Amino acid sequence: MKCEELLAMLNEYVDGTIDPAVCGDFEQHMAGCNPCQVVVDNIRKTITLYKEGKPYELPVQFRERLHSVLRQRWKEKHTAPRRRK
Amino acid sequence: MTNPQSPRAAEITDVELVNRAKAGELDAFETLTTRYEQRVFSLAMRMLRQEQDAEDVTQQTFLSALENLNGFRGEASFATWLFRIATHAALKVIRKYKGLKTVSLEEATEGTGQVDSIPHPEYIADWRQSPEQLVQKREIQRLLDEALAKLDEKHRLVFLLRDVEGLSVKETAEALGLSEANIKVRLLRARLQLRELLTRTLGDPAKQVIQKHDHAH
Repeated sequence: MKCEELLAMLNEYVDGTIDPAVCGDFEQHMAGCNPCQVVVDNIRKTITLYKEGKPYELPVQFRERLHSVLRQRWKEKHTAPRRRK
Repeated sequence: MTNPQSPRAAEITDVELVNRAKAGELDAFETLTTRYEQRVFSLAMRMLRQEQDAEDVTQQTFLSALENLNGFRGEASFATWLFRIATHAALKVIRKYKGLKTVSLEEATEGTGQVDSIPHPEYIADWRQSPEQLVQKREIQRLLDEALAKLDEKHRLVFLLRDVEGLSVKETAEALGLSEANIKVRLLRARLQLRELLTRTLGDPAKQVIQKHDHAH
């Protein structure tokens, strides 16, 4: 396996969906190629960091406005005369 | 009346809350909103990078969920369903800004995914700290958001849905109206670009690996 071929299969490897038939080749290449090893490790860390990252804070005033709009719409919808029946 | 934010509310599953909301309980719908509003807003912020737009998209998302709740059949999780609605709303905003110049996401196809079209890693180095240590740092979130903002939209949206929000490749493809093959190529490019950007800041220069890319492996 060449470095380029390893790169092309990177997603499948880190997501655990790689074809078991080529997984051995992938790991064998990594064992003998330090740059590829570090790239795979960097990619895993990149994904973890984003997964663990904090969401944006919801502005408090917007939250109040949002709930008020939803309550209003809910009432309109649920008290509207039913057309069918 | 249950307070949507009461500790008890956290024990109720989404499915049960959806069923209650469908039966007409406003409290159940508000609990669902409280549960996901921050994630929807955050997704919209990272897609659009503009607070007013993100608020509009968040409001549209929950209004649309309210209107279409009966159409939610539970094939996907409630969260995935919401993210799909939010993505559609965000795409409309993006297209509005781009106006006539817009090429649809589908048209803006990637390379074929051939090996030679994948950008090569340039700066390769072990990171100085583990992700667990890094997430504790206040400045890290800014670094993550800045790196994301440098990505092309077509790569950023895929990465956000797949890796930040945890949708499957299939769900991401459905949300963006793209093929799964296309999602996979974009995801690979997004991950490689983010790796490159983050490693330039977080990598340890003393542990930089010099690549001998003579392609002889």
